[in-house]
Amino acid sequence: MCGTCGCGDPNVVPVDVHERILSGNERQAEHNRYHFFESGVLAVNVMGSPGAGKTAVLESTALALAGRRRIGALAGDLATDNDANRLEAAGIRARSITTGSACHLDAAMVHHALHHLAWSDLDYLFIENVGNLVCPAVYDLGQAANVVLLSITEGEDKPLKYPVMFNKADLVLITKVDLLPHMAEISVERIRASLARVMPDPRAIEISARSGQGLEAWLDWLFRQERAVTQGPLVAVAKE
Amino acid sequence: MHEYSIVQALMERVEAEAAARNATAVERVVVRIGELSGVEPELLHTAYLTFRERTICARAPLDISAVPAVWDCRDCGRTVERGGALRCQSCGGAARLREGDEILLERIEMEVA
Repeated sequence: MCGTCGCGDPNVVPVDVHERILSGNERQAEHNRYHFFESGVLAVNVMGSPGAGKTAVLESTALALAGRRRIGALAGDLATDNDANRLEAAGIRARSITTGSACHLDAAMVHHALHHLAWSDLDYLFIENVGNLVCPAVYDLGQAANVVLLSITEGEDKPLKYPVMFNKADLVLITKVDLLPHMAEISVERIRASLARVMPDPRAIEISARSGQGLEAWLDWLFRQERAVTQGPLVAVAKE
Repeated sequence: MHEYSIVQALMERVEAEAAARNATAVERVVVRIGELSGVEPELLHTAYLTFRERTICARAPLDISAVPAVWDCRDCGRTVERGGALRCQSCGGAARLREGDEILLERIEMEVA
């Protein structure tokens, strides 16, 4: 009965657990990661605010790589299939993950969706997370890399307000840079300085899905990740 | 608000531990939450109070110890001060998060018959 006063009730036993609360998700993520590795698929977790341009960047990526890479996507959305439909129209093999009220994807949702998408012959699988700069950062999905989109209209201090998300990013895409001429008050240098305060190795590419600026640099980054997946550190991943 | 799904995972873990020891009640749950874990301690606490009703944790308080983020240099190991770029003030190396991203179940105190 007495667990609070320190009277030493012999019936109350302390059990040291010292375990990550999300270890269940992490096990599922490792399982997904093994599947991706086994099939040589580069899986990228694409995150960012609603409206940062996730779908638009994936559309222009698919158009630029048409005939060169097979691309698939899982699109997390609270309520609609709109993103998956747009991705399909751009030539991406896409499947929606409708999360209902959930603000993020988790590894089990991704695993379930993989059973409904022919993905194993893909070169790239983009997992377009729910638009949100908080919750998706917490859940490993089994991806090889995290890409976070930050549109220039969102404010230069966004990385400082959402340090967890940007800290987890392997690459930041600073999007909608075609709008810069209309926004004299926005400085890409200040955005990059904010990123350096939350990312130890800040890597950012300025990109515009509309004008195509930065697209080559982004594709180069993907090609480098692709080589890392087929030859690199994931060799150490063990099968669950 | 992913704190509810964190609490759900926490409760499953606590219930499994309690069942494994034939506990009759859980008296206290202790967790460690890092400043850069993406989990808000207050929201976690609220979510826990909602979830614990009619469970084996019904009267167990949740102790949350908040862990501040600590960075050190990947190259020379010195602590990297906060507030500026995440680069070592001594050698210029990139910082590495030493602690502050944990979401840990530390301890459960349970009543056994």
